[in-house]
Amino acid sequence: MNPQKPMRRRPWALGVVIFLGLILSGGGYAAATQTFEAEFGSPEQVEEGRKLFLANCASCHGTNGEGAIGGPSLIGVGAASVDFQVGTGRMPGQASGPQLYKKPVQFTEEQIAAMAAYVASLAPGPAIPPEEYLRTDGDPTHGGELFRINCAMCHNAVGAGGALTEGKFAPALDGVTEKHIYEAMVTGPQNMPVFNDANLTPEDKKDIITYLKYVEENGSVGGFELGSIGPVAEGLFTWIFGLGFIIAITVWLGAKAN
Amino acid sequence: MSEVQKYDSGSATNIERPISDPGIEPHRVRMTDKSEKHAKTAERQISFMFLVSIVGAIIAVWGFVAFPIVGGDLSATRNNAFWMGIGMALSLLGIGFGAVHWAKTLMPDNEVSESRHPARSSDEARAKAIEIVKLADGESGFTRRKLIRRTLYGALAFFPIPAVVIFGDLGPQVGDTLKHTMWRAGTRLTKDPTGIPIKASEVTIGSVFHVIPEGLKDLEEHKLEEKAKAAVLLVRVNPGELKEDPEKANWSYDGIVAYSKICTHVGCPVALYEQHTHHLLCPCHQSTFDLADHCKVVFGPAARPLPQLPIAVDDEGYLVAQSDFLEPIGPSFWDIRK
Repeated sequence: MNPQKPMRRRPWALGVVIFLGLILSGGGYAAATQTFEAEFGSPEQVEEGRKLFLANCASCHGTNGEGAIGGPSLIGVGAASVDFQVGTGRMPGQASGPQLYKKPVQFTEEQIAAMAAYVASLAPGPAIPPEEYLRTDGDPTHGGELFRINCAMCHNAVGAGGALTEGKFAPALDGVTEKHIYEAMVTGPQNMPVFNDANLTPEDKKDIITYLKYVEENGSVGGFELGSIGPVAEGLFTWIFGLGFIIAITVWLGAKAN
Repeated sequence: MSEVQKYDSGSATNIERPISDPGIEPHRVRMTDKSEKHAKTAERQISFMFLVSIVGAIIAVWGFVAFPIVGGDLSATRNNAFWMGIGMALSLLGIGFGAVHWAKTLMPDNEVSESRHPARSSDEARAKAIEIVKLADGESGFTRRKLIRRTLYGALAFFPIPAVVIFGDLGPQVGDTLKHTMWRAGTRLTKDPTGIPIKASEVTIGSVFHVIPEGLKDLEEHKLEEKAKAAVLLVRVNPGELKEDPEKANWSYDGIVAYSKICTHVGCPVALYEQHTHHLLCPCHQSTFDLADHCKVVFGPAARPLPQLPIAVDDEGYLVAQSDFLEPIGPSFWDIRK
């Protein structure tokens, strides 16, 4: 039995180990930074966002986004919130009131992305949803059921919107982009409650978006929609046109021929 | 005989200044009677309306054939119903309008007056009627035989009583079903419609979950009745914003509260929740509840707060009910406090 040759550390071995270690950690760091930047924006973008924030938002939301008189704190609201509020024109707010309205968008997409990156850098929050959940190839039947249970009480069964208390309202959902619908669910803008991923999974949200887009494209199967707002509009239509027709006929029946 | 009695019973006319009979209006000669050309036009109009009716019937048949109702395609029904309806309406209206137009323009339009006969019978007829009643009374002895008459009154009074008793007992007994729901101590709160149990950690601040009790999804019968009673809205608010009654302080869990979704007014599902005002609005009659203050009524016709479901967290972190609701859910009823 030959005794094993004792392990000998060669002089250059240490160098190799250090070299490999540096490559691994450096490469790993670089890779991590890249994913970080892809998710949260590059330092330049964040800096650009901070400048835009200071110029346009800080008077209400505070110079560090901590909130002030007139505006809530933005710490932890995430990029999705900024993308929704600024991307639909609700922010910057025009006037205080029960509710902020949708209006023409005030910033370019790059500027919105920069502000979103800045706000996301303050604290973790909901991110801008990935493309795969914004396609409309989900299950509209399941989406419709979830919509009726979770959303229809405010937004109407086909997303025509509806009234809330003291001047607030749930807006109509036709023409809202898939991304903004998703972001609204995940962030709960204004008085809308939050529907996080434990409540409605990203797949569920995709199904809801599919349902809304299906309804928007296919319209009503039951004739005139009259705004899809139900018995008030339908009743008014019947009173004016149905009864009007009957009265006109009655007058004609009773009139003498000339 | 006073002057009033000259008039029919029921006509309380002021006889001092009676309205004079205006007589028949002067006859106006129609254009169709005066000119053959107008009569021809009217004739063509009437025939046109009858032709419209024929076309309408054809449209209805065409619509039925051209837009068949395809199973599963709801939009097919729309065109089918639309053209059938338009066609049948034209068909019937064409006949109706044509007939009326015919009567008004071409059929004779002589005004005729016919007097009503008086409503009061002649004195002879009245005397005869009284005679018949008296004769019947005498022959039957209705007035004379008191015992028979009174027992007959009694029998008629008692006769409807069985019906009253039977109607009062129609349908299943409500029993105490209005006062209890499926919730028991330890029943997990699950998501509607999937039945997936909810962890307290999943209910972030501002979240709303629409909740059904565990096991409801698998019920074989009375599923909708049980759901209509047990439906719950689960919300988490910032614990500092809750105004809690010290007696009910342990009914919530770290800002998570659960309330019956059934309005105490007439039972609509109340689920329009506003995240910042904590208002819960019923869409039917605008009753508004303050969720942060034990769902006190702040507006509208509801008379009492939404019942709160006391909740806790089990060993695995899932939300469970501490018990059933401690008061009846939904609209108030006669003996609600018993």
